[in-house]
Amino acid sequence: MTTRTISVEINGRAYWGTVEPRLLLSDFIRHEAHLTGTNVGCEHGVCGACTVQLDGEPIRSCLMLAVQADGRSVRTVEGLAPADGDLHPLQQAFHEVHALQCGFCTPGFLMTIEAFLASAPADLDERAIREALAGNLCRCTGYQNIVEAVRLAAERMRA
Amino acid sequence: MKPPPFEYDDPATIDEALGLLAEHGDEAKVLAGGQSLVPLLNFRLARPERVVDVNRLDALSYIRADDGVVRIGALTRHAALERSSEVAARLPLLANAVAFVGHVQIRNRGTVGGSVAHADPAAELPVALAALEGRYHVRSQAGRRVIASDEMFVTHLTTSLEPDELLVEIEVPLPPPGTRAAFVEFARRHGDFALGGAAVVLTLDDAGTCTRARIALLAAAPTPLRAYGAETWLTGMRVDERAAVEAASRAVADVHPTGDIHGGTEYRRALVESLVRRALLQAAERR
Amino acid sequence: MTAAVAPARRLIGARVARKEDLPLLTGTARFVGDVERAGMVHAVFVRSPVAHARIAALDVEPARSAPGVVGVLTAADLPDTLSPIPIRMFSRPGLERFLQWPLARDTVRYSGDPVAVVVAADRYAAEDAAELVAVDYEPLEPVLRADAAPPDAQAAAFVVEHGDVDAAFAEAPVVVERRLHVHRHAAVPLEARGLVAELDAETGVLTVLGAAKIPHVNRRILAALLGWPEDRVRLVELHVGGGFGARGEFYPEDFVVPFCAIRLGRPVSWIEDREENLRACNHSREQVHEIALALDADGRFLALRDRFFNDAGGYVRTHGLVVPGMTAALLPGPYRWPAYRCEAHHVLTNKTPAGTYRAPGRYEANFARERLIDVAAAELALDPVELRRRNLLRPRDFPYPTGTNTDGHPVVYDTGDYPLLLDKALERFAWDDLRRWRAAPAAAGLRRGIGLALFVEKSGIAKWEYARVEVDSRGEVDVFTGGASVGQGLETALAQICAETLDVAFERVTVRHGDTDTVPDGMGAFGSRAATLGGSAVLLAADALRKRLDAGEEAPLAEEARFESEDMTFPYGVHVVAVEVEEETGQVAIHRYGVAYDIGRAINPLLVEGQIVGGVAQGVGGALLEELVYDDAGQLVSASFMDYLLPTAAEAPPVEVLITEDAPTPRNPLGAKGAGEGGAAAAGAALANAVADALGVDVDRLPLSPARVAALARGTR
Repeated sequence: MTTRTISVEINGRAYWGTVEPRLLLSDFIRHEAHLTGTNVGCEHGVCGACTVQLDGEPIRSCLMLAVQADGRSVRTVEGLAPADGDLHPLQQAFHEVHALQCGFCTPGFLMTIEAFLASAPADLDERAIREALAGNLCRCTGYQNIVEAVRLAAERMRA
Repeated sequence: MKPPPFEYDDPATIDEALGLLAEHGDEAKVLAGGQSLVPLLNFRLARPERVVDVNRLDALSYIRADDGVVRIGALTRHAALERSSEVAARLPLLANAVAFVGHVQIRNRGTVGGSVAHADPAAELPVALAALEGRYHVRSQAGRRVIASDEMFVTHLTTSLEPDELLVEIEVPLPPPGTRAAFVEFARRHGDFALGGAAVVLTLDDAGTCTRARIALLAAAPTPLRAYGAETWLTGMRVDERAAVEAASRAVADVHPTGDIHGGTEYRRALVESLVRRALLQAAERR
Repeated sequence: MTAAVAPARRLIGARVARKEDLPLLTGTARFVGDVERAGMVHAVFVRSPVAHARIAALDVEPARSAPGVVGVLTAADLPDTLSPIPIRMFSRPGLERFLQWPLARDTVRYSGDPVAVVVAADRYAAEDAAELVAVDYEPLEPVLRADAAPPDAQAAAFVVEHGDVDAAFAEAPVVVERRLHVHRHAAVPLEARGLVAELDAETGVLTVLGAAKIPHVNRRILAALLGWPEDRVRLVELHVGGGFGARGEFYPEDFVVPFCAIRLGRPVSWIEDREENLRACNHSREQVHEIALALDADGRFLALRDRFFNDAGGYVRTHGLVVPGMTAALLPGPYRWPAYRCEAHHVLTNKTPAGTYRAPGRYEANFARERLIDVAAAELALDPVELRRRNLLRPRDFPYPTGTNTDGHPVVYDTGDYPLLLDKALERFAWDDLRRWRAAPAAAGLRRGIGLALFVEKSGIAKWEYARVEVDSRGEVDVFTGGASVGQGLETALAQICAETLDVAFERVTVRHGDTDTVPDGMGAFGSRAATLGGSAVLLAADALRKRLDAGEEAPLAEEARFESEDMTFPYGVHVVAVEVEEETGQVAIHRYGVAYDIGRAINPLLVEGQIVGGVAQGVGGALLEELVYDDAGQLVSASFMDYLLPTAAEAPPVEVLITEDAPTPRNPLGAKGAGEGGAAAAGAALANAVADALGVDVDRLPLSPARVAALARGTR
């Protein structure tokens, strides 16, 4: 298999690697760029733990080849909080309402929700929130507090 | 699971892509959105020698209203279809259908052309396109051709695309005035592939009589299935509850969906019948 | 020992946000898949594709010479002195021949049984090489039904009984009897299993990262299997992506991966993939019950008789007979039974071995019992709530010896006010309104139903826990616990207990766990024990430390404590659910879901609610969506997330939670009963009762998939 040298911008920084075309983007992020915040739960494209933002849009990084991200811009959970060390309002909300237990699904949820809130209508009803979250699985929380965190963060970010 | 080894090309132009397919067609798989192909690679169920990545072919990503048709480039992402005001205005059935495709993360990458070429009988877009009688523009190094709506899908996961051919555009004729449509499906979870469904396009005259009906069944057969018998029967009728029930019954009369752990043949057949009925009534009630 | 009493509420009982969150929120957590060690190589297991076969030939040479491969091991490469993986609890003589060897020797007993391990430079290369291992399997007939298996498939049978059941049934005016099935499903934590093992060439110490649940117990087992002294083996817990009972038992990989590190002299990482996890990590729940209830004409329970088959899968694993043991022990539930007999059969089949999963043995037992009670209510034309109320144990009955036992130890319910909790639940979840809602006409094609299920849970198993509390001269406090964290918030709960007892700020307490080097011993986190037993040990140590400080001693100071309790504690609860069933599709929509749970004392209600809501999601997922399906050849058909359906936010219901503290336990100084499993325990039972009510049919099995429910609605089976 011929390898390729690629450069992927992750959280504003360029990461180079010489990779096989079959290397999954999730593995590039975790093992070439050493950003292990993004987790891998299935590689079937179902669980959403590997969700990152590609040019601002949430995607499943286990369903993309790293070579496809050459020259593209990716954002992961490590790039979510502002540089000054505070937490993103979403992270803060998750913490306050106990929206995480084992935390394995959390980075994926955060990247999905941040994008969702950027384009969501002002009054979010519960059904709409739950459907927007349905592409990310959580096995610990039963989702209730995650829904609450979305509402809380939306409120604060609007203010 | 990790993909098996393969050679990889990402052509910058359509001609380059066609050249690769001409040379390697039989051992190559086209990679568009990757939402269907990459899981197959990860499971090692697909083992192509070569992957031809068409994502650089921006020229294939467009939605254009033309003379009496809407033209959709094969590389158009589901998300773009969902956001398109053209599609919402002119082809509301497609807008309805695409909202059922997986989840937002899948729609951000998956493409209309990819969905068609993958030909999963439980996929929403091929069925919606069948009800709209979409035509498929295909190119190869040898030239171009147009595949008619009822000739594209051959069986489960198989189209009539030749190994050296690339789907470039889906051309959807605008339905006549007075047409309303509905897309209905049932899945076990939000965003899952459907266990059954129906896409219905009805043209009603001022008296409310059906002058034209198109009914396509989802997950009822190895391909999207047009219910021609039910369509003919419904033409000339008022689409009320009784007619919807009868048309639905005719639609599934000879249908034998493949059963699996999520539902057997009889369940699926009865399910599709009820969903055809609902879709007909929903469409008839729309403006 | 001076009796320590947990002091008044400042932190204990408060809704405190967790200490654990920051690394998990910011992507700086360290799960075992995140570990990188110099020279680390990657293991992939070659697993049997068939359910039952003799290994006729095994050729690993093509794999050994594949690119990037550093080693391939089979059973032949493991030490001669090796023994099979032992049982750690609920054992009995005669089970030895059903144990699993770390790599299959001459037979494979389930699709997924590990046969060889390939170690290579990266996972991709290892998977390539694994495909080259050539195994010749001579298929043998698979046994796929525990209730229809040949006699030699039975690993064990036992009876738990009291009173004269036969006489009671012979004289009873009313008898109801059913055959009830709970299906195979599993814990499926979002993080699959994983290990990184490394042998330090200088010290000779083997370190294994990725331990979970019971690191001290597993260290003991690993050391014994290696024939090494325990102090040469170190197990370290990192962040853990959920356990639910399945992660943390000692599996074949828990021997093979460390052994590879020893044999190859390099750190070895094994990260389970999802398909592997579905085929190789413990399954659970599959039981068939032939259950009968005898009553008098006034609806008073006279006797309960049950014969059930527990589908154990291909081997008996570390948890021995705990699952059927729990079923037999807690099948009586919160009711008075003048006579009781439960005959348990633990039967091997050629499927993935089955073990513990949240409320193990009880999810099944609650389904069987609560379904049958509803059937009896219908038979007697009695309201199902009233029938239960007539038979509930009363506060004056406590402590109540049930006449059952777990592993020979008598089950004595410590405290409880079951009628009070039932009343509170019915009021809080507006049962009368729900009855009115149910009676009101639904939209066309929809049928409404309500159901409830009462249950008794258990917590605090395995008798003791260790804690050490240290305060330094700056006033910083370190707590070392033998408990384990699987994501449940253990550090927060223990810190609350310690901070309040020592009268220091919550922020100054750090809780350490899961490293066998820093915590000398412990029993881990399972059976909802970590906060109650672990918390009690912390309370004792902190209290002793407080007394020394009050007496004028100066920091740095440390105190150790071991909290021991022979007896488990028994939280109890009610699930209430209202559903709308769509006849045509078979879809079950949950209109309202409530759980009332008395846990004696809630250390952190925020965490308790999280456990309950999470448990309900799993219980509902199990009842409606999740199913491990085997075909006639013993192949697991639902071996991916496309087919094994976990509930998403769209399917998991909103849950109203009522936590009460009306019956604290005298069995630990906190008065707390563990809360981890009550959310799952009665979900199958309550949903089944609600669907049966909606359709007016007998529901005798789970899951209530759309196809099955549609068939029930049509009146066919």
